[in-house]
Amino acid sequence: MDKNVDVTMTVNGETVTRRVEARTNLVDFLRYELGLTGSHVGCEHGVCGACTVRVDGRIVRGCLMVAAQADGSDVWTIEGVTETGEIKALQDAFVERNALQCGFCTPGMLLTVAELMERKPDASREEIREFISGNFCRCTGYQAIVDAVAMARAKGDA
Amino acid sequence: MTDMITDRWILDRPNSYIGRSVPRPNAPRLAQGRGTFVDDVELKRMVHVAFVRSPYAHARMKSISTDAAKAAPGVVAVVTGKELAKIHDPWVGVLTHLEGIKSAPQYALPIDTARWQGEGVVAVVADSRAHAEDAVELVEIDWEVLPAVTDAETALDASTPVIHDDLGDNLTWRRNANIGDVDAAYTNADHVVEETFVFGRHTGVCLEARALVADFEPSEEQLTVWHNNQCPHMIQNILATHYHLDEHRVRVITRDVGASFGIKVHTYADEIATVGLSIMLKRPVKFVADRMESFVTDIHARDHRVKGKIAVKNDGTIVAFEIDDLTGIGPYSMYPRTSGIEANQVVNMIGGPYRFDNYRAVATVVFQNKNMMCQYRAVGHPIMCAVTEGLVDAAAKVVGMDPVEIRQKNFHPDDAYPTKSAQGLPFENLSHEESMKTLLEAMDYEALKADRDEKRKEGIYRGIGFASFIEVTNPSAAFYGVGGARISAQDGATLRLDAKGNVFVSTGATEQGQGMEAVISQVAATAVGVPPERLKIITGDTEHTPYGGGTWGSRAAGIGGEAVAQAGRALREQILVAAGAMLQEDAAKLDIRNGVVVDADTGNERIGLDEVGRICYYRPDTLPDGFQSELVATRHYVPRKYPFAFTNGAQASYLEVDVETGFIKLLRHWCIEECGTVINPLLVDEQIRGGVVQGLGGAMWEECLYDADGQMLNANLADYLVPMAAELPDIDCGHVVSPTADSDLGAKGAGEAGTCGAPACVMNALNDALSPFDAKITSMPFTPKKVLQALGKI
Amino acid sequence: MKPAPFAYARASTLDDALALLAEHGDDARLLAGGQSLMATLNMRLSAPEILIDLNRIDGLANIEDTGDAIRIGAMTRHVDIETSDAVATHAPLIAAAMEHIAHPAIRNRGTFGGSIAFADPAGELPACAVALDATMHIAGKGGERAVAAADFFRGLYETAIEPGEILTAVSVPKIATGWRSGFLELARRHGDYAIIGLCAHVEHDGNVFGDGRLVFFGAGDRPVAAPKSAALIKGKSWSDALAEDLSAALKQELDPPEDLNADGPMRKHLAGVLVKRTLGPLAGA
Repeated sequence: MDKNVDVTMTVNGETVTRRVEARTNLVDFLRYELGLTGSHVGCEHGVCGACTVRVDGRIVRGCLMVAAQADGSDVWTIEGVTETGEIKALQDAFVERNALQCGFCTPGMLLTVAELMERKPDASREEIREFISGNFCRCTGYQAIVDAVAMARAKGDA
Repeated sequence: MTDMITDRWILDRPNSYIGRSVPRPNAPRLAQGRGTFVDDVELKRMVHVAFVRSPYAHARMKSISTDAAKAAPGVVAVVTGKELAKIHDPWVGVLTHLEGIKSAPQYALPIDTARWQGEGVVAVVADSRAHAEDAVELVEIDWEVLPAVTDAETALDASTPVIHDDLGDNLTWRRNANIGDVDAAYTNADHVVEETFVFGRHTGVCLEARALVADFEPSEEQLTVWHNNQCPHMIQNILATHYHLDEHRVRVITRDVGASFGIKVHTYADEIATVGLSIMLKRPVKFVADRMESFVTDIHARDHRVKGKIAVKNDGTIVAFEIDDLTGIGPYSMYPRTSGIEANQVVNMIGGPYRFDNYRAVATVVFQNKNMMCQYRAVGHPIMCAVTEGLVDAAAKVVGMDPVEIRQKNFHPDDAYPTKSAQGLPFENLSHEESMKTLLEAMDYEALKADRDEKRKEGIYRGIGFASFIEVTNPSAAFYGVGGARISAQDGATLRLDAKGNVFVSTGATEQGQGMEAVISQVAATAVGVPPERLKIITGDTEHTPYGGGTWGSRAAGIGGEAVAQAGRALREQILVAAGAMLQEDAAKLDIRNGVVVDADTGNERIGLDEVGRICYYRPDTLPDGFQSELVATRHYVPRKYPFAFTNGAQASYLEVDVETGFIKLLRHWCIEECGTVINPLLVDEQIRGGVVQGLGGAMWEECLYDADGQMLNANLADYLVPMAAELPDIDCGHVVSPTADSDLGAKGAGEAGTCGAPACVMNALNDALSPFDAKITSMPFTPKKVLQALGKI
Repeated sequence: MKPAPFAYARASTLDDALALLAEHGDDARLLAGGQSLMATLNMRLSAPEILIDLNRIDGLANIEDTGDAIRIGAMTRHVDIETSDAVATHAPLIAAAMEHIAHPAIRNRGTFGGSIAFADPAGELPACAVALDATMHIAGKGGERAVAAADFFRGLYETAIEPGEILTAVSVPKIATGWRSGFLELARRHGDYAIIGLCAHVEHDGNVFGDGRLVFFGAGDRPVAAPKSAALIKGKSWSDALAEDLSAALKQELDPPEDLNADGPMRKHLAGVLVKRTLGPLAGA
């Protein structure tokens, strides 16, 4: 049985085509086939959230999808949403508030809170904490991240 | 104190960046996903290694068949311990100042016996990690399962098998301390209270796992290693030593590191094996631990059982402490720091905040067939703090005092410094009284007590807990160097002016996410007199940075920062001499402010640094005859007056116990911390918060669970519970500032204070909440099951 | 760890999926949301030869009003159930459960049918299905058959789905007048599998309870209904004494397992606490 597969998808607005092993998960595809190393691998069992990317408008775990499933999909990574400026307010707030330390969780965390801002723009601190409760950050203790989301939102409202 | 350095010139500089919440220069890059972590490094002809790992805690390999694995798709090599041992020397994790500590030689891959579940035993190298893993499944090992030693309590029994025959027994190390007359103190005291404390085994769980790319270039015998180790120079020395390479032909590069916390400061066998494979194969080899192998190979920590006693008088005066500490550290003492240090710290620091004269301690460190234990953030501190503060609370209860009052009565007074601990450790300048006062104001203790008491009437059980603590920072050579370990206690810094008037700063300290680059840039900018955006910080490369210790023991700011301050001052003086030559002015009358040479008195601008650079580098012919400018300065620094800069602080926790479910909700947490000169308040606070949460992790959720056969039961991120955002409280931070006089900068460390005190105050708060039920818990983590058991509900 | 190698086939229709399943038999695994399966594969706990991807089959991801029930397509993603008005109105128990299922990125991808067919005994949705007396629609070569939720869960990760069959939808009866639903679980961390949880679906006339179902998850090898305990509430209004009786009855009726977080006695104790905290508020207490 052929265990390779052809995939074509749009990543950060560019169409890419590759032939890969069918077992290649999406985050490995992005990192090792496309060199988009901003998405990180933290556990490979869907718990840590470091590999969070956006597929067809929604965040997903990049380790819990094979690349073949994203065939025909529209995929966005931290590199893409940085380039478009879409999450600039969040990125600025993260830097200003020191809501990142080692930075390994940060791309996944940013994509997660970007979806929160869209889905629940008025989220309370408690709701922010719940929304990011699937993203592991070992460095900050999360408070700075909650603060940064609130800061970015306050600036957006201004 | 007249022999101390007391020149605070760096704090008096104009345009100072010290004490300002300057953003981190490397943060935007990380926030844009443009970091370079080890796994992001791709080299030509690079291959990947995966390890066959022992499924047993203790087992002998009777035979190994690698034929099927070697024939698998993509496989480049399959290597056993015997083969790898031909090119490297084993190591033994002992230090001479830990008298009597012993361990067995450890190889990159074991020769014939695996001694913990998860130990790498055969290396499989292939063109992809997936192919290497496929072939791992094809390596056939005929195992002879041996009895596993898993319970530290019985590790020394005559009936327990010995893990290393050559060592004779399973004792790694024993330390005794006997100060004053404890027995007489017990006789004279009004109360002697006993308590046993248990600390769960837990681990660091850096989100970026351990990783390296080793690239051996045979024509020059040059080894280059991209590594996420905390101490590039230490690893350089270890690799050169054990692979018989010239040290100057070993280059270790640490770029972005996905946090470390002490996990990445050790010599891991699978990493050493990866380097050996590159030497054997003469091509780059990458190893990135996956999460499951991280859990069974990253060092574990804590796992201590401490029987403690405190003797007090009726007025609350503490007269004696006694402890019996037992810890099992796995089958080897970790190299090169040893696995004796955590117990050593506990013995050294029990009772740290308090005056008392009588102390007895025994610490017993034993081998066992579990993953190795070693130094993790706040080594020994959470243990000594929880034992001390748990005993102090117990003493308060027996004499009927408020927990705050008994602490205040026994603190080393703020005006008593310098002084020494009962164990004889020198305290330069601490502030327990002021810290507690600040803490009480921050938390509004009286209001909190009223709330707790009011809620109790409604059947809501809330508790308040305190922990005062001391913390070791800025370690000198007394920590490891005196014991023979080649771990630099000093740091060097080199500052260089370029032709455009910008400054390159290279330092032996390293960035792990704590913000070291920001701190270094603030100090350099202040010392030289330039804005931080004109600096380029260079770290983590043994070929391009001065020799230094890297990041450990809360040292980067206090030691690395001071070296930068001194080098910065030297560079400024060099620049001013050159500018003086250009301007025909006495250099002593000039200064550098905001990147411009000015008249020191008036601040009038005289010449820009870009112009100084241009003339020195391109038009030296215009300078006076015989004048040669020097625009590079290197300075090194190590604390000499004190072996460590002790710091201190006080924490408090407010929590609520659901007495029907056993669930604990953390409501709020406070930490007042003393780290001397605060270089960057924002970064210090976030070090504290992150540290507190790691302490909360060990207190509330985290534990490496093993069965009696030595199998780790929760070696994945779903079953090993790390702290996540929804369960955590907001944490209020505050500071008391007593700069160390051992450096001009006066900075002490801040990285471990949070982790030190958090478990203790959660324990005390929990027991305060449970006090109406006559229930008490002193075994971490505080799971719902333990709470329900303590309450007699199950 | 990377998964062992497998082939990948994307089914474009249900018939296509059934044909692929028939062709590959035990060598195949169906890939729905993949949020449990992929983790299992990544740990090499399972190594199928081929994954049959159901994600592009039209018509499996709808929530339909069928009169007395709502029919939830098996490939409906958790996020779409979470935000569905029909579910909120007609199956408030399921609506209440959704926020406890893992985390947003998982709910964006995970599917209702996947959770049901995976049959994790600690999962929320299987217990909801049993409590609500849902009907599972299973397609096979011979067409579609229906299985009551109570008969569907057969053991640890075992269901009534036979080899060659695919779960296509779940019909959930609309909540009837006079019925109330309550959901509560005890998890160490938000989004974790619960130590134990309760789906309560009961009749209450504003004064006393009528019929009802109490279904626990994390309490056995499948969703565990406690009919004997549930029978105790009939005709009674809420009281501390009833809570005590229920707690005692549950200790008799349940036989929960031990794992890393809790043993049987602890789970029995917590079952009593859950019932008290769920039924009390349902009764307006």
